[in-house]
Amino acid sequence: MVKQEQELDNRPDNTAFTQQRLPAWQPMLSAGIIIPGFVLIGLAFIGIGVALFVTSRSIQVLEIDYTGVAQDSPCFKCSDPNAKNCMCTMEFSIDSLFQGPVFFYYGLTNYFQNYRRYGVSKDANQLSGDLEYFTNPSDDCAPYVYDNNKPIVPCGSVANSMFNDTFKLFQIVNGARKQVPLDGKGIAWWTDYNVKYRNPNVTPLRNAFNGTVKPVFWSRPAYELDPTDPANNGFINQDFLVWMRRAALPNFRKLYRRITEGDFAEGLPAGNYSLEIAYNYPVLSFDGEKKVVFSNVSWMGGKNEFLGIAYLVIGSLCVVMSIVMLIVYAKFKFPEED
Amino acid sequence: MTWRSPLALMRDALRGQRAREKDLRNLVSNLPYEGLEKAKQPNRYFPSNAIKTTKYTLLLFIPMNLFEQFHRLANIYFVGLAILNFIPVVNAFQPEVALIPICVILSLTALKDAWEDFRRYQSDRKLNNTPCLIYSRKEKQFVERRWKDVRVGDFVKVVCNEIVPADLLLLDTSDLKGVCLIETANLDGETNLKQRTVVSGLSNPEFEPESFNSVVVCERPNNNLNHFKCYVEKPDKERAGAGIESLLLRGCTVRNTDHAVGFVVYAGHETKSMLNNNESRYKRSKLERKLNIDVIFCVILLFAMCLVGALGHFLWLQALPGVPPYLVADSSGHLDGPSLSGFYMFFTMIILLQILIPISLYVSIELVKIGQIFFITNDIDLFDEETDSRMQCKSLNITEDLGQIEYIFSDKTGTLTENKMVFRRCSVMGTEYPHKENAIRLAVLDEPESEEEVIFNQRPQSLQTGWSLDAEDTAPRDTTQRRGSRRRSKVAGIAQSDVAFSSPLETEVIPDKKLLQQISRAESSSGSRKTDPYLDFFLALAICNTVVVSMATAQRRRVSVSPRSYHTTNLLERLSSLVKNVGSSCLSSCKRKPKRNRTFSENSVVEEDHFRPSVKMETTKDTYGLQTCSLHAASQSNKPAATSGDLRYEAESPDEAALVYAAKAYGFILLARTPDSVTVRLPSGEDLVFEVLDTLTFDSNRKRMSVLVRHPITKEYVLFTKGADYAIMELLGTPYAEHFSGSKKNIAADTQHHLDCYAKEGLRTLCVTKKVVSAKVYESWLVDRQRALAAIDNREELIMDTAVQMETNLTLLGATGIEDRLQENVPDTIMALREAGIQVWVLTGDKPETAVNIGYACRLLEEEDLVINMSCNNKLTCTSILDCTLEEVRRYSADPRNVDTTPDISLVIDGRTLAMALSPDLQERFVDLAKRCRSVLCCRVTPLQKSRVVKVVRERLKVMTLAIGDGANDVNMIQAADIGIGISGQEGMQAVMASDFAISRFRHLKKLLLVHGHWCYTRLANMIIYFFYKNVAYVNLLFWYQFFCGFSGTAMIDYWLMIFFNLFFTSAPPIMFGIMDKDVSAEVLLGVPELYRTGQGAGEYKCSTFWVSILDAFYQSLVCFFIPYLAYQDSDIDLFTFGTPLNTISLFTILLHLSIEIKAWTVVHWVIMLGSVALYFIVTLAYSAICVTCNPPSNPYWILQSQMADPMFYLICLISTVVALLPRYTFHVMRNSIAPSPLVQARHLDQLDPSEREQWIKEWRSFRGGGQVKRSRLSTPPSPSLETHADIFPESPTASDIIGDDFTLNVISENYQGPVHT
Repeated sequence: MVKQEQELDNRPDNTAFTQQRLPAWQPMLSAGIIIPGFVLIGLAFIGIGVALFVTSRSIQVLEIDYTGVAQDSPCFKCSDPNAKNCMCTMEFSIDSLFQGPVFFYYGLTNYFQNYRRYGVSKDANQLSGDLEYFTNPSDDCAPYVYDNNKPIVPCGSVANSMFNDTFKLFQIVNGARKQVPLDGKGIAWWTDYNVKYRNPNVTPLRNAFNGTVKPVFWSRPAYELDPTDPANNGFINQDFLVWMRRAALPNFRKLYRRITEGDFAEGLPAGNYSLEIAYNYPVLSFDGEKKVVFSNVSWMGGKNEFLGIAYLVIGSLCVVMSIVMLIVYAKFKFPEED
Repeated sequence: MTWRSPLALMRDALRGQRAREKDLRNLVSNLPYEGLEKAKQPNRYFPSNAIKTTKYTLLLFIPMNLFEQFHRLANIYFVGLAILNFIPVVNAFQPEVALIPICVILSLTALKDAWEDFRRYQSDRKLNNTPCLIYSRKEKQFVERRWKDVRVGDFVKVVCNEIVPADLLLLDTSDLKGVCLIETANLDGETNLKQRTVVSGLSNPEFEPESFNSVVVCERPNNNLNHFKCYVEKPDKERAGAGIESLLLRGCTVRNTDHAVGFVVYAGHETKSMLNNNESRYKRSKLERKLNIDVIFCVILLFAMCLVGALGHFLWLQALPGVPPYLVADSSGHLDGPSLSGFYMFFTMIILLQILIPISLYVSIELVKIGQIFFITNDIDLFDEETDSRMQCKSLNITEDLGQIEYIFSDKTGTLTENKMVFRRCSVMGTEYPHKENAIRLAVLDEPESEEEVIFNQRPQSLQTGWSLDAEDTAPRDTTQRRGSRRRSKVAGIAQSDVAFSSPLETEVIPDKKLLQQISRAESSSGSRKTDPYLDFFLALAICNTVVVSMATAQRRRVSVSPRSYHTTNLLERLSSLVKNVGSSCLSSCKRKPKRNRTFSENSVVEEDHFRPSVKMETTKDTYGLQTCSLHAASQSNKPAATSGDLRYEAESPDEAALVYAAKAYGFILLARTPDSVTVRLPSGEDLVFEVLDTLTFDSNRKRMSVLVRHPITKEYVLFTKGADYAIMELLGTPYAEHFSGSKKNIAADTQHHLDCYAKEGLRTLCVTKKVVSAKVYESWLVDRQRALAAIDNREELIMDTAVQMETNLTLLGATGIEDRLQENVPDTIMALREAGIQVWVLTGDKPETAVNIGYACRLLEEEDLVINMSCNNKLTCTSILDCTLEEVRRYSADPRNVDTTPDISLVIDGRTLAMALSPDLQERFVDLAKRCRSVLCCRVTPLQKSRVVKVVRERLKVMTLAIGDGANDVNMIQAADIGIGISGQEGMQAVMASDFAISRFRHLKKLLLVHGHWCYTRLANMIIYFFYKNVAYVNLLFWYQFFCGFSGTAMIDYWLMIFFNLFFTSAPPIMFGIMDKDVSAEVLLGVPELYRTGQGAGEYKCSTFWVSILDAFYQSLVCFFIPYLAYQDSDIDLFTFGTPLNTISLFTILLHLSIEIKAWTVVHWVIMLGSVALYFIVTLAYSAICVTCNPPSNPYWILQSQMADPMFYLICLISTVVALLPRYTFHVMRNSIAPSPLVQARHLDQLDPSEREQWIKEWRSFRGGGQVKRSRLSTPPSPSLETHADIFPESPTASDIIGDDFTLNVISENYQGPVHT
C-alpha cells in the first residue's frame, strides 16, 4: 500500500544544490575594489625586481669565442675540417677577482639539440644498462644502429654527436703556466648519474661491450672515455651525461667543469690566463660558434638581467594602472545611488 | 528442427516478405494448428509479440558501435590523425601514444551506449515476460503465458486493470452489450475512459474461441493510433466491418470491464504503440551552428600554422651550409631534400597542433548539456503539484536556444487557457440566459486562487515544510493553516479528479432562475410527449456527446504511474479530517478578509459529491450565502442520494463534460451510456431510455457531431447535432415553428447575435440543433451508412459523406457559451516575455472576437495599442490593405515623436487572410508588417497554417522561434519552430511527444526562458569561447617553440603530460563553468526581464567575441612562451626543464583566466579549481618520480622536482601569469567601471540584500511603467478611423470591394472589462 505522503514522488529535491542556490562569492571586477590589489602587486613586484636585478648584477660572466672563423683568431687553423688533433690556445686576462666557485661552461650556438628526429635517436633501455639492447639496439637510433653489422653502443645520433673538445686552463704567473685544477665530478644531474643511466653489471666494463662498436664519430669507445678515472666511464661518464641532456634552445651552454679546488677555491684571481683547447668538434656545417664561458652563480642561477627588469617594469605598470583606476573610479563611480 | 534446403528457406523468406508487405492481410485463428511445427502455422510470417528495442547484440556490439561512432566527423578526424602518426616520415609522437585520445573517446562513448542499451534490454525483458492469458485448445481454457508467446492469430483474454499485450480485435467482453472500457494513458496520456465495442455482426451470443472460423482481413500495420480498417469474413462470405472502435491497442489498460477477449491482429513491433515509438529527434542549436563555423576558422588557422611550420622548415633546411651532426638521415643514410622535408613537416605539424581543433569540445558540450538539463528538470518552480509532473527535456541538445528566443508562437486553448471548460451562459430559442449567480460563484472562487499562487511563487522553499498532510499537525499560525487547508483541498481535488474535468469548479453550475422556471413550465405544458424546445435543448446537451458515465466508487487503479489510493482510504477518516479542516480554517479565516472562502467552498463541494449534504454544508451556505448546491437540494431531495452523486463523466473533450454537467444542473442527468442506448433522468424524476441508432462522430472538417436516437415516447427518429456556429448556421432549415408561430421571432438571427456577444466575451460557442427524421428517410440513409461502414477503401470519406447527408435541414434550439479560463499568471508571463524583447504571437482556431478578448485578458493587447484588424475576401484587397497598413505603420514609426519608443501596434488577422498574406508574393510584405507589430493574433487558422506561419517568420526574419501548444493541432507548429514546447494538459500527449521540452503550465515558460534559457545560453556560450581560447593558448606554446627547434615538430612537454593537461587538469573547470556558473540570480532575472535581451540575436557568442578570445589566446601564449624563453636564454636549460614551467604557467593562466570569467564561486567551484591545480602537481610529480624509462624517448624523470627546488621557477611562473592575464583583467575592470553592461548592473543588484533588491526592482518598475504612460501621452498614435480609408487607398481600383470588406484600423480605447479574472 502506497502512502499518501509519497504521492508527489516526482517532486524534485529542494536542496540548495539542485535549486542552484548554493551560497556563492560573487567578485565584482570594478575599479574601486581592485586598486589596493594593484598597488600591492605593483610594490611586491618592484621589490622582487630590485632583488633580482641586484643579484644578477653581482654575477660575473666571461665569454671567450674560440670558433676560429676570423683569420686572426688563434684557432683559425683548427677550424678547417681536415685538421686532425688540432690544438690551439686562447689568451685572456681577468681584471679583478672572479668570485668562486667558478663554473666553466662550453657553449654552442645554432646547434639544434632539440631537433625532433635527433632527440628521438637514442635507446633509453640500452643506456640504462640493459645488455639485451647492446646487441640489439632500438630502431629509434637509426641511422646509427649498426656499423658494419655490428651494433653501435651507445647507439643513436645524440650519443654519436657528443661534444669532444677538451680544455686545459692555465694561470700565467710571472710567465710560468700554472694549471688551474678543474673539477669534473658532479657536473651532471644526480638522477642521471644514479638512476637514469647505468652501466651494465659487468667487470671489467669493457667485457660488456664485446661484439659492439663505438659510435662513428667517437675516437674512443665508451668504456675508455675518461682514462684518468675508471669510475667515470661508460654511460655514467659526466661529460656524456651532460651532453645527453638535450638543450632546450639552439644557443646553449653546457657545464664543463667547476673550479673549486686549491688556490682557486675562492675564485680566479686577477691576471692573465691561457686556455688550451683540443679542437675537434666541427661547427662550420651549421654556422655555429663555439665558446667557453666562465661564470659564477647565485641563488637565481646564472646571470640573467631580463627577469629583474621585467619585474620592475610590470611592478611599475601596476602602480601606474592603479593610479589610472583611481581616476576612473573617481569619474565613473558605480551608479548604485542612481 | 528438421533440415531444410537453403532454397526452401529463401523461398519462405521471400513469401514472408510479400505477406508482410501486402496491403491487406488475411489472418486466421491459430487454434486449429496448435502444436504443429512452425512451417505449418498460417500466421508464421508475422512477427511475434516479443519486442527488442536494443540496438546492439552482445557479439556484434563492438563493430556496430564503432560503425555508429564513425558517423561522426570528429572521430574520423581523430582516426586520420592517428593513422598519420603511424607513417614514419611524418609522425610527431610515438604512434601508440597517438591512439590514446581516440581510444579514450571511443570507449567512453561505447560505454555510455552499452549502458543505455542494457537498460533497454532489461525493460524489454521485463515487458516480454509479463504474464497474460492465451487460449489453448489442448486445455480448453485460457492459460497463463508470457507476452512474448503471443502470436498473431491467438486469442488473448485481458482482465480488468491489466495491460493489453498486443493489438487485439475485440471479440467478446464480460459486458452484455459488448462494451469494453479502456484507458490509453500509457499511449497518449489521456486518462479518460474510452469505449470499445466488439465487432458487430458476428452475432454469436456465446463466444467460443474454438468455433471462430472467420478470416480477419486487416490493413498493413501503421502508426495511426486513431485509425484502423478491418473486416471479418465469415465462412459464408458475409463481411462485418470493424474499425478503431473495436481495437484494443497494446499498452492500454482495461478498466471497469471484468474481462475482454480479443484476436491478435498485430503483435510486437507491428503494434500501433510500437510503431509510434519514434526515436528522439536531433536538433542542432543555433549556437552549435555558429560554433561549427568557428571550428572551420580553427581549421583554417591550423592550416595556416602548419603552413608556416612547413615553410619555416624548408627555409631553415635551405639556410644550412652543410649537414650538421644533429640532422638525422634515415636508416639508409639518405637525407630528404628541403622541399620534401617541408612537405612532410606540414603533416607532422597537423599532428602536433591537432588540439587546435577542439574535438573534446563536443564531448564537453554534451556533458554540459546533461548537467544543464539536470538542473532544469530539477527546478522545483517548474514542477506542477497537481499533475505531479516535472518539466521534461525531450531534446537534449538545444537548451541554450532557450536563451535566444525572439518570437513565441502560442496556441490559445489549453496553452494560455486551462482547457477546463466552465459552462457560463446559454441562449435557448433566441432568449439569453445570463446565469448571473454562476458568474458570481466563479468570480469568488477565482480570486483567492491567484493570490495563493503568488504566495507559492515567492516562497517555493517553504512548500515542503509548510505543508503538512494531517490537519492535527498544522502549526497554529494563520498562514500555515491556510496553506495546509488549501493543500488538503487540492489533494482532495486530485483525489476526485482522478480523471480530468471533474474538479468542483467545472462540475458545478448554478442554474439560471428564469430558465429553471421556463423548464418547469415547459415540462408541465408539454405533458407526456416531452417535445418542448427547452426540453429538447437540454436533452441534446445530455445526449449529444460521447461522454462515458462511470461510478465514482468503481475501482480504478493506475498501473503505470504511482497508484493513488484515495478510493481505498477509510472514508470515516477522511470525513473526520475534513470536518476538522473546515472547522479550523473557518475559524482562522473568518477573522480575515472574506475573500478567503475559496477553500471552504471547494471543500464543501468535494464533500458534497461524496457524502450527501450534512450540517456542515449548511454552515458554509450560511456564511457565504452561496447556494452551491441549491439545485440538488431542490430537484433531488426526493431521490435516493447515491444515484446521481456518484456519477462521474469522462469525456474526450472538456466542452462535452461541461455541457453534460450543465444539463445535470438543470435536472437532465445523464445516467448511463451504452453503444445502443442513453439513459437520461428528467427533472421530473422520470428516466428515459433513448435508443441510439448512430453516432456521427466529430471531425475537424465538419466541425460538428451528431447523435441519432429514437425517442422513447414519441418513437420519432431524432437527430441532435451540436457544433461550431459557422458549421451549423448554414445547415439550418425550418425553425421550431409550431411553438412560436405567433411571435415570428427570428431565432437564428437572435441566436447569432448572442453568439457574437459570447465570442466577444471570450467564450467558446456551440450551437445545438435538433432534427426529426422520418422513418423512410432514415431507412434509406441506413443502407448507405452500412455500406460505408463495411467499406474498406475510402471508408472515412464515405462515412463522412453519409454524416453530411444526414446533417441537413436542422432546427436551431440554442447555443451555449463555455468559458475557458485563463491559466494562472498568464498575463504576468506574457508581460514579462514581452519586456524580455520577445514577440508573442497567438495562433488559434477560435473566432477573432474570442481571440481578441483573450488577447486583452492576457495583456497580449493593451488598451492603448493600435490594433490592426485584417480580414478580407480576395487577394487584391489583401494586397492593398497590406501595402497601405505597412505604409501607415512605417510612417508611424518614422515619426520623430515615436523614435524612442517601440510602436505598440498589434495585428489581428484571420485564417483566410493569413493564407493570402502568406502566398509567396505577399509574404515579404506581411512579414515586414508583422515584424513591426508588438503582438500578432491569428484567428481561425488550421494546424497547417500554424506551422507555415512559424516557418515563414523563422526563415524570412532569421529569428529564433519557439512554439508552444498542447494539442494535436499544434504538433505541426511545434515541429516547425526552433524550439517546440508541449504543455501536458487536457488534450493528450501528442504535443508533448512532438516537443523538445514539456511543461505543465504556461507560466513555467517565464522561468524556463528568462532564467534557465539565459543561464544555459550564457553558460554554454562562455564555455565554448573559453574552450577555443584554452586550446589555442596551449597549442600556441608548441607553435612558438617551433621557431627555436628548426620547425622540426618537437614538443618540449612530455606527450603524456600534454594529454593529461587536456584530459584531466583543465577539463573539469570549464565543464563545471558551463553547468554551474550563475551570472545573475534567478530573482533578478525574473524581476528584470530586459536582461533576456542580452542573449537574443548574436548574443554573447559573437564573431568578435570569438576573435577577441583567439587574439587573447595568442597574446597569452606569447607571454607564456617568451618570458621563460628570455629568462632561460643562453643557459644550460634542457628540453623538458624548459617545458615544465611553460606547462605550469599555462595551467595557471588558463585556470585563472577562467576564474576571471566565473561570476559566482560556490563550494563546487573552489573544489574543482583547487583540485585541478592539486591534480596537476600530484600527477606530474608522481609521473616524473616513477617514470624512468617508461615512455622512451621522452623522459621527464625528476624534472618537476628539480624545478620546484629552484626559486626561479616560481618567479617565472608568477610574472608570466600576471603579465598574461593583466590585459584581460584590466579590460574587464575598465568595462565594468566605465560602461557596465546591463548584466553587470544586474550583478550589482544581486549583491544588495534581498529586501533592498526587491525595493529597487519595484521602484525601477514603477519608474518605467510611468515612463510608458508618459510616452503614450506624449505621442498619441495617429488615429485612423474608417473615414481615413479614402486617404489610405486613393488609387485603389476597386474601392467598393474594399469598403465591403471587413477592414478596420482602429484604436480600441474603451476599457475592456476582461470576461475572466483580471
